[in-house]
Amino acid sequence: MLELRAITKRFGEVLANDHIDIRVEPGTIHAIVGENGAGKSTAMRIAYGFYTADSGEIVVDGEPRQIQTPHDAIRLGIGMVHQHFMLVDTMTVAENIVLGAEPGSAAAIDLTKALGEIRALSNEFRLSVDPNAVIHDLSVGQQQRVELLKALYRRARLLILDEPTAVLTPQEVEEFFAILRRMREQGKTVIIITHKLSEVLAISDDVTVMRDGRVVGRVKTKETNAAELARMMVGRDVLLRVEKPDARPGETVLSVQRLSVTAGGGERGLRDVSFQVRAGEIVGVAGVEGNGQTELIEALAGLVPAARVSGEIRFRERDVTRTSARERYELGIAHVPEDRHRRGLLLDFDLSENSILGLHYRRPAVSAGPLLDLSGIRARALEMIQDFDVRPANPDLPARALSGGNQQKLIIGREFGLGPKLLLISQPTRGVDIGAIEFIHRKLVELRDEGCAILLVSAELEEVTSLADRLLVIYHGRLVGEVDPRQATQEEIGLLMTGGGKANAE
Amino acid sequence: MKLLRELLFPVIAVLVAFVVGGVIVWVIGDNPFEVYGLLLGSALTWPDGIGYTLFYATPLIFTGLAVAVAFRCGLLNIGAEGQLYAAAFACAWVSIKLGGTVIKGFDGSPIAYGWASLPAVLLVPLALAAAMVVGGAWGAVPGWLKARFGAHEVITTIMMNFIAVSLVSYFTQYYYKAPGDPIMESVPIGESAHIARLGSFVPGLPERLPLNVAFLLAILACVLVYVFLWRTKWGYEIRATGANPSAAEYGGINVRKQIILAMAVSGALAGMVGINEVLGYRYRYYHEFSASYGFTGIAVALLGRNHPVGVFLAAILFGMLIRGGIFVDAFSQHVTKDLVEVLQAIVILFVAAEALFRGPFSRFGLLKRSKV
Amino acid sequence: MSDIFNVGLLLSALRLATPLLLAALGGLFSERAGVINIALEGLMLAGAFTAASVTWYAGSPWVGLVSAVLAGALIAAVHAVACIRYRADQVVSGTAINILLTGVPALLSGAFFLSSGSTPQVPQENLIPWTPIVIAGLLVPLTYYVLYYTPFGLRLRAVGENPEAADAAGVSVNLMRYAAVLISGALAGIGGAYLSIGQSSLFTRNMSAGRGFIALAALIFGKWRPVQTMLACLLFGFTEAVAIQLQGVRFGGEEIPTQFVQIIPYVLTIVVLAGFIGTSRAPRALGIPYQKEK
Repeated sequence: MLELRAITKRFGEVLANDHIDIRVEPGTIHAIVGENGAGKSTAMRIAYGFYTADSGEIVVDGEPRQIQTPHDAIRLGIGMVHQHFMLVDTMTVAENIVLGAEPGSAAAIDLTKALGEIRALSNEFRLSVDPNAVIHDLSVGQQQRVELLKALYRRARLLILDEPTAVLTPQEVEEFFAILRRMREQGKTVIIITHKLSEVLAISDDVTVMRDGRVVGRVKTKETNAAELARMMVGRDVLLRVEKPDARPGETVLSVQRLSVTAGGGERGLRDVSFQVRAGEIVGVAGVEGNGQTELIEALAGLVPAARVSGEIRFRERDVTRTSARERYELGIAHVPEDRHRRGLLLDFDLSENSILGLHYRRPAVSAGPLLDLSGIRARALEMIQDFDVRPANPDLPARALSGGNQQKLIIGREFGLGPKLLLISQPTRGVDIGAIEFIHRKLVELRDEGCAILLVSAELEEVTSLADRLLVIYHGRLVGEVDPRQATQEEIGLLMTGGGKANAE
Repeated sequence: MKLLRELLFPVIAVLVAFVVGGVIVWVIGDNPFEVYGLLLGSALTWPDGIGYTLFYATPLIFTGLAVAVAFRCGLLNIGAEGQLYAAAFACAWVSIKLGGTVIKGFDGSPIAYGWASLPAVLLVPLALAAAMVVGGAWGAVPGWLKARFGAHEVITTIMMNFIAVSLVSYFTQYYYKAPGDPIMESVPIGESAHIARLGSFVPGLPERLPLNVAFLLAILACVLVYVFLWRTKWGYEIRATGANPSAAEYGGINVRKQIILAMAVSGALAGMVGINEVLGYRYRYYHEFSASYGFTGIAVALLGRNHPVGVFLAAILFGMLIRGGIFVDAFSQHVTKDLVEVLQAIVILFVAAEALFRGPFSRFGLLKRSKV
Repeated sequence: MSDIFNVGLLLSALRLATPLLLAALGGLFSERAGVINIALEGLMLAGAFTAASVTWYAGSPWVGLVSAVLAGALIAAVHAVACIRYRADQVVSGTAINILLTGVPALLSGAFFLSSGSTPQVPQENLIPWTPIVIAGLLVPLTYYVLYYTPFGLRLRAVGENPEAADAAGVSVNLMRYAAVLISGALAGIGGAYLSIGQSSLFTRNMSAGRGFIALAALIFGKWRPVQTMLACLLFGFTEAVAIQLQGVRFGGEEIPTQFVQIIPYVLTIVVLAGFIGTSRAPRALGIPYQKEK
């Protein structure tokens, strides 16, 4: 039905798809699995004409095709349900479904005809939803049905579903799978992108495994198991084991009691989380991204509006739940954010200026009155650049000009320079080259051994298991287990992360 | 190299604008080279050309700086026009009330407008402060509306422009216009509020030219804005907010406060136009005096890359155009001084649509885009 | 008081509301598609100047009106290319258009009519004092219909709310936006034509006198919806009519200051924007250039 041949796509420095070959047989449910950033969505967005590949070929029904826009894909019978729904919030279900493929003439949309067709499709696939409801009044499950109807209305024969179950409750997932099976019975082909292995095994016929922008495995679902898939998914070419002495934890630095964060726009939120971090230990948080890690770290750093936070955060015996980000910084809580472009850096500012973000209002950055001590700042920035091996070692360059690894080292240098009592660090090595990864890991262990308490969040299972002294697993906004990273296997942790463990609280 | 890159696009934009303008001139039926010769030549004569050029540049330096400061905080202040009207009136009001203005009524009996007659050392600083405070307040309101309610500053500043003009016209018409005066203008300000014309102490510059101390204040404002934005923690916070509000928040910066602060500073700078106009030129509030200084300020800031040095240079260029435009009006066959506005508009369009030039330049490898 | 508030006042309000409504409906198309249009002022001036000049030359107001539509669309095309193709800041581009159109008509009238910014008088029989009012009146239900009952309107709204979703549904975002901005130019052009060959009989320098901005305010006050926008235009037209009537009128020996009546539209718009009375939510993608693969 659909075949991607040697598809390659580059975003600036990042090679998102490196000669991808994927073959999907008609009338099957085909799962594409892989960690975040493995390139699954990119490959499928290329198939749908949302992105254009740098090179490679797309074959539909045995014929090579040019798919430049979604419009082309729709004409070829390809439909896609994106992870973030592509719905116009303020419009009705029917309007969203017919958008771009309106029945009737240019002078008038034939609403009666549209409603009739939508009803027929709803019945055929048992996708019940009120066509006159406005999207923002619907639950996410209902919105997903609208997306499916949208694709079916356009006579899609192939449906690409990007992380369709991420937003569903377990009951909804069951219903959803029933719908997919019905579609397969009707002769439709389905591609489902996911990282939940239990689901792959439950629903798919074939599996393609992706890692780091490449396809690393193709198997029949019947001939594989979760352990094998997990190994393919998270396995690394280079094993990055961190040599570190055993932790000698001291007094409790951070104590979190029943911390909850209500969901903001599109986030899942955090529910009733309690744990402690002691001086001189690294506590890791493993989990599939989007399960509440962002909310956890930002709530601890003081970046979530107080109205959305409940529970208690104690830092060295002091209640800091309501204090501002700056106060927490002053107390010795440093924060390396997960997204360095969005939070951590001022990309158009030079390295000197970036080296004082958060400390810019006080000595030594400020010399007299409100005046900044520019030469002092530059001198200290240069020192930091050398200590943390930031290249090129030029404090006058804009942060934008640095590679991801060097940007990250700059942030880490800045935050470590604070002499923190507690470090919140999220995705420390995302988009960072191997050399820098090793460097950052070493620095983290050094900081731990100096007596700093570290809370480490990473989507890289390998990274958290090798760095952490204790490992918490997060799923759907809750902590679902604590494991000893030296004892637990990747498969065990992987199962917990994907909601397959017995600790699953749902 | 960095400086060259900063200068490249503005210079191209100006050149392209002149070419397009030249074509328009040619279509209309004049010789573009003669018109441009007239335009630029008349702006560079000493002392009149240069004196007037700098005089016309003065308000544009203030408004250009105003727009630039707001822009550095990620805000587009198109309300400089309203801010400068409110400020100019406030400046005149203080100089009338505390400058002891007395005029002759119809029957020859004196009418006193002032409360007191302060000496220059007190009055001038007070008048300056009035202009800046009122301009700043007029700017801070849209800032507050944005920080507190998320009301878009572009629309609120436009509305505030009209409100300022109406209110000032009301006060002028009903309280501060001399009885029987057919022109919408206030009574004159007290003489001690006058600031010196540069001609009174610069050799070779006649005192009849309106170029005054406000020009020196404009240069000082450039320096202070530079220091404020790049050498103080306040400027750092404003720029960080403009560059990436999310990262600023992460750095412990109160983003809402910066929005209000930046708009207040912006308004205060726009308000300084009133000093040039009221204290240095007309010695009274003259209604609708501004030749779109507030809007031209946007062009000045954009062309000057929102940097005080660039703003200064761009303001001088536009000052030359205004000065030269008057000569074009008088001496060319068909073309009028309105050519100046056309040129300004084309410059803004080209600076705004910078991608237009980026394409060809990066294609020929003349300009390597920094990594994204 | 009764000699102030009479039928004449209502008629005058209707006349004053007409150019506002035409421009505001133009703005509605552009902004519902996601392109900010603060260039309405300039687009009206383009229409006004073209209508007066062409009518004077051709002797037919209809030729003049059509030319005004074309001129508005042409200038809007500049805005569209800058904003859509080159992703210029939409407010900055709009400001440039406004400045351009204070200059161009003056420059051209100086060259062609040897005047300082105005056109010659158009003879009385060539004026169209009523047609634009009728057009504006008809455009309201038409706009409503197009926006809510045709494929074009559905796509237009989708593009302004969530361009990515529209793109994913196979709608060309840029094409829709170009069309919307051109329509806004055409309608604002009619509004301008009404100023020069409807309300008066010639073009004078800056004759729109901020009406483009009031139209924008009416659009916001009317929450970007056709009927509400019309009501806002009528309200703003009415306040202007009252302000004109009150000029020089004495009440209890005191002159009534018209300035306070004049600022009503602006104050109301700020109040609405700040959410004090109801909320006026802009199309979500307003002002954001659409870029794939970001």
